[in-house]
Amino acid sequence: MEGSQPETDAATDAPLAALAVTSREHTDLATRDVVFELRDVDLYYGATLAVSGLSMQMHKNVITAMIGPSGCGKSTVVRTLNRMNDSIPGFRVGGEVLYHGHDMYASGVDPVEVRRRIGMVFQRPNPFPKSIYDNIAWAPRILGLKQNLDERVEKALRGAALWDEVKDRQKGSALGLSGGQQQRLCIARAIAIEPDVLLLDEPCSALDPIATALVEELMQDLKRDYTLVIVTHNMQQAARVAERTAFFSLDVSGGKRTGVLVEYDDTEKLFTRPSDKRTEDYVTGRFG
Amino acid sequence: MSAFDAGGPTLDPTRPLTAAGNLRRRRRTDRLMRGIATTAAVFAVAVLVIVLVTVAEKGASQLSISFLFKDPSVGLGAVGGGIASAIVGTGLIVALATVMALPFGVLIAIYLTEFSTPRTARPIRLVLDLLNGMPSIVIGVFVYGLLIEGHQQAGWAGSFALSIIMVPLVARATGEMLMLVPRELRDASHALGMSRWRTILGIVLPSSLGGILTGTVLAIARAAGETAPLLFTTSIFSNSTTVNIFGTALPNIPYLIFQDSESAFPADHARAWGAALVLIVFILIGNLGARAMLARQRRKIVSR
Repeated sequence: MEGSQPETDAATDAPLAALAVTSREHTDLATRDVVFELRDVDLYYGATLAVSGLSMQMHKNVITAMIGPSGCGKSTVVRTLNRMNDSIPGFRVGGEVLYHGHDMYASGVDPVEVRRRIGMVFQRPNPFPKSIYDNIAWAPRILGLKQNLDERVEKALRGAALWDEVKDRQKGSALGLSGGQQQRLCIARAIAIEPDVLLLDEPCSALDPIATALVEELMQDLKRDYTLVIVTHNMQQAARVAERTAFFSLDVSGGKRTGVLVEYDDTEKLFTRPSDKRTEDYVTGRFG
Repeated sequence: MSAFDAGGPTLDPTRPLTAAGNLRRRRRTDRLMRGIATTAAVFAVAVLVIVLVTVAEKGASQLSISFLFKDPSVGLGAVGGGIASAIVGTGLIVALATVMALPFGVLIAIYLTEFSTPRTARPIRLVLDLLNGMPSIVIGVFVYGLLIEGHQQAGWAGSFALSIIMVPLVARATGEMLMLVPRELRDASHALGMSRWRTILGIVLPSSLGGILTGTVLAIARAAGETAPLLFTTSIFSNSTTVNIFGTALPNIPYLIFQDSESAFPADHARAWGAALVLIVFILIGNLGARAMLARQRRKIVSR
């Protein structure tokens, strides 16, 4: 169940027409606040330049997807957005990463405060070896959100579409849940502290198609309250859930492999009328 | 036609598939070496069995309720009595040593796995290994010079000496368990806006608690049998049960064995064997129990 299944989507070899975005209201970005603004960002691991010259904006209450082949640095980018890469020795950021106008990598910025506002859901479900209730209640308790804790837990579980399945066994171990339930528990845990942004790093890659569909549905509900950024190597998923999609690729010139942002546009446009040849090759399956 | 025209015997593929030529000799060497290695392994087991059987044989006749619950009889070569004072003393000394070594060892392990860089971790690990290999008599002399010289012997000084022996064991066992805690759990906690120390306290330590405790039990089992560190610190004692660990030297099993086996009286020899059996049984139970717990805990963490 939790083995590595890179592609869980059954429609992998569906024709391009199936990818076309079906019904999505057009989002007018001009009316939305900018949550993240990246200005000419370079990301390094030691001497290796992992991602280069990245400039993009992400907007409030919008789902932004990042797609691209393995190793193109999309996970590195999303982990840069809540300073999760800080713990990796040698990681360095060039350029500016602005969050609501604040430079996230300025001195004086506390990464703990950054992550308190910008939550994250990971590739593999990673519930704590505690009860379902304690998985969600632990962080709010420490952050001082102790009032009406039971209600908070219920709200988080409802928000993650998990309440009906676990309401009668909240004291049971979280490790007894299925993979899909565990991942929704991780989402519930992340929203229980009411963050501003939710980053999702390939949240469905360890899930089966049914659990994947549930999580995708959930994301549509979540974007009313949160700004979501999702990394996925599943193009169909990006097409299904995201308003905006960024396509990353590997630049292999000069013997070095560096991730670059190739194209960033409305999802519908990117998948149906890509303006870059590399994007077209990727979304039509000629590459990657 | 062979490509290697070296003049050796040519291979006849139709010959029976039995050993021939130098394969016979090679096969004999193979069997011989396997035999020697097996003997060595059996020998190791035999040593333990022989020690256990000897101690059991000579000590079993001593075992009785009064042996466990009475103090030694007073008087040179007096017959009867028990080793209650030494059991209580060893219990207290080891308990205090654990109280001193456990937090220290766990904190060292936390530093090594959670906060150190490879540059700082390597020398500390080396020092822990050296400390682990330090002759216990040296530790005994050191503590004697530090705490006893010019003062009276005291049980707590013995505890201090034993805790020096326990710290590297606890640190190593704890470190191994902390490293088993998956990185994803730490990431999950950090992503919730939890500080590193909160993450350690709330997630990492609870996940590895069982392993830390079993590692501690193993360290206790090791320390309980150490004699040399107690030789200089808590060896001049009366034979009555006392709990005054900070004021006076406490009777203890290892030193009682040493003292009684040096004695000229058969009754003392018998008591030494009985005490040896009691000590060995305590340590075996602790050791085996801890190992079973450790294996269970490891499965619990790894098979997440």
